[in-house]
Amino acid sequence: MVENVKVKKSHKSSSKKNNLTQQKPRHGENVIKGILFLFALVSIFTTIGIVTILLKETVGFFKEVSILEFLTGTEWTALFANPKFGVLPLVSGTLMIAFYGSVVAIPTGLGCAIYLSEYASKRTRKIIKPVLEILAGIPSIVYGYFALTFITPIIRKFVPDTMVFNALSASITVGIMIIPMVSSLSEDAMKAVPDSLRHGAYALGCTKFEVATKVVVPAALSSIIASFVLAISRAIGETMIVTLAAGSTPNLTLNPLESIQTMTAFIVQVAKGDVEHGGLIYKTIFAVGMLLFVITLAMNILAKLIIKKFREEY
Amino acid sequence: MSNLKLRKLKNKIFHGLVLSSTLFALIVLIVLLSDIVMDGYKWLSIDFFKNFTSRFPERAGIKAGLFGSLWIIVITASVSFPVGVGAALYLEEYAPKNWFTNIIQINISNLAGVPSIVFGILGLGVFVNTFGFGRSILSGGLTLALLILPIIIVSAQEALRSVPKDLKHGAYALGCTKWQVITGVVLPYAIPGILTGTIISIARALGETAPLIMVGAVTFAAFTPESIFDSFTTLPMQIYSWTSRPQADFHNLAAAAIIVLLAVLLTANALAVLLRDKYQDRIKG
Repeated sequence: MVENVKVKKSHKSSSKKNNLTQQKPRHGENVIKGILFLFALVSIFTTIGIVTILLKETVGFFKEVSILEFLTGTEWTALFANPKFGVLPLVSGTLMIAFYGSVVAIPTGLGCAIYLSEYASKRTRKIIKPVLEILAGIPSIVYGYFALTFITPIIRKFVPDTMVFNALSASITVGIMIIPMVSSLSEDAMKAVPDSLRHGAYALGCTKFEVATKVVVPAALSSIIASFVLAISRAIGETMIVTLAAGSTPNLTLNPLESIQTMTAFIVQVAKGDVEHGGLIYKTIFAVGMLLFVITLAMNILAKLIIKKFREEY
Repeated sequence: MSNLKLRKLKNKIFHGLVLSSTLFALIVLIVLLSDIVMDGYKWLSIDFFKNFTSRFPERAGIKAGLFGSLWIIVITASVSFPVGVGAALYLEEYAPKNWFTNIIQINISNLAGVPSIVFGILGLGVFVNTFGFGRSILSGGLTLALLILPIIIVSAQEALRSVPKDLKHGAYALGCTKWQVITGVVLPYAIPGILTGTIISIARALGETAPLIMVGAVTFAAFTPESIFDSFTTLPMQIYSWTSRPQADFHNLAAAAIIVLLAVLLTANALAVLLRDKYQDRIKG
C-alpha cells in the first residue's frame, strides 16, 4: 500500500514536469492571426473607400450644382456648353431598362425554376442546370454585342422606324442576362421547401400544377421575391449592354423604341472622354455613381429584409 | 368537361409553359453562341493573334488585348487569392463571434451586390488619382482584385466549412497548434474547393469591361505592356472598341475576339467544375 502511494506520488510529480500546457509563448501564431485579420479588414476598407470617394466628390459637385436641380431637373446636358444637371432622364432610362428587363426575366426565370424544381426529372435537371450556369457566366460585353448585332436588327425588321440605339433591344438582352439569377435563386428556395408539404398536397389529390402554385411557390415566396429584387438591382447596375445598345441620348421618355441613356452609360461616356481631373464633369461621375450605389445598395438590403421578415419556418 | 379533366388539362398547359420558358433560355444560349461563331469564325487566323489592332479590319488582331488581359489577371490573381483566402481563414477559424465579425460578414455580402462600375469609380478615385498609379495595369489589376474579393472570400469560406470537424479535432488532440492544423489539415482538404471558387472569380474578372473603362484602359493600343505602370488594353476592351464602330467588318472582328474570350472562359469554368468533381468526397469525414 505504502509503495503504491509512493508510486502515485512520483507519477504525479513527473507529470508536473512534462506539463502539457504551453511552455513558451508562440508569437508566430499571433502574428499570423494579425495578418489574416488585416486581410479580412480589406473588405471593410473597400466599402469605406467607395463611400468616402463618392461622398468627397459628390459634395464638391453639389457646391456647384444645387441638389434640388440635380434630383428634380428634367434635362441632362452635362457635356454641352451650357450644362444642365437634372438627373431624371438618366434615372428614367435606367428604370425603363430595369422594367422591360424584368418583364422578360421574371416570368421566364420563375418558369425555369418551377420546371427544374417540380417537373424535371433528376437527369434533365443535371443537364439543364450547368447550361444555365453557362448563360450566367457569359460576360456582359458579349451580351452587348448580341444586343446590337442580333436583337436590334430583328426589332427594326418588325418596327422599321426604331432607332439603331434603342432601349428595347438593351432591355430584352439585360432580361436574358438576369434569367439565370432569378431561376437559380428561386429554384434553391423551392428546393428548400420540405417534401412533406408536397406529399401532403398530393395525398389530397392535387395535381402538380396545384402543388407548385398553391403549396411550393407560396412557401418559398419570400426568397422568390428577393430574387426578383436582386435581379432588378443587377439590371440597374448593368453597364456594357446599355452602353453599346441603348444609346447615349438622355431622354425623358416612356417609348422603348427611342434612344436613351442610363446612369451607368453616362458614367462610361464621361470616363471614356479625356476629362480633366477635378473639373465639374469629372465630379458628375461621382454624383451619378453615388445615386447608383445608393439605389442598388437599398435594393440589396431590401432583398435581405424580405427574406428575413417573411421567411416561413418549417 | 368534368372537374378532374379540367384540372389535369390545367396541369398540362402549365407544364408546357414552364417547359417552354426553360427551352427559351436554352435556345437563346444556342442562338447567341451560334450567332457569334457564324459572325466571327472566318476572321480567326494565326495573324489575328499576332497583329495589333488597326484601322484596316483585315490587318487587325488581338495581340495587345491578350497581353494586357494576361498582365491584369496576374496582378488580380496574386492580390485577390491570398487576401481572399486569408480573410476566409480569419472568418472561419479565428474570428470571435461578436458584432465586429458580423459587420465584416454583412459587408462582404453587400459588396458582392455592388455594380462593377462602382468598383471602377473606386479605382479611378483611389488607385488612379489618390495613389497616383495613373491609368496603368496596376490600377486595373487592383480594381478587379477588389471586385472579385467578396466572391473569393465567400466561396473559400464554404470550402473551409466543409472540412470535417473530426479531422481538425484529431490534429488538435495530437498537440498541433492552430496554424499547424490549418496548414496540415484544413487547407489540404479545402484547397480544391477554394481553387474552384477562385478560378470562377478570375474568369469573371477576365470578362469585365466597365471597371477597366473607368480606370482608363485604352481602346487603341499598338503595343504590349512592359511594366505594371504601363497603359494597357484588354480583350474585352478590344471587343468593346470594335463593337462600337459602325462597320460590319469590325463587328465580325469583335465576334472573332469574343470566340477567343469565351473559349478561355469556358475552359476555365470546365477546369473548375472538373476540379470540384474530382476531389469532392475524397475524404469521408
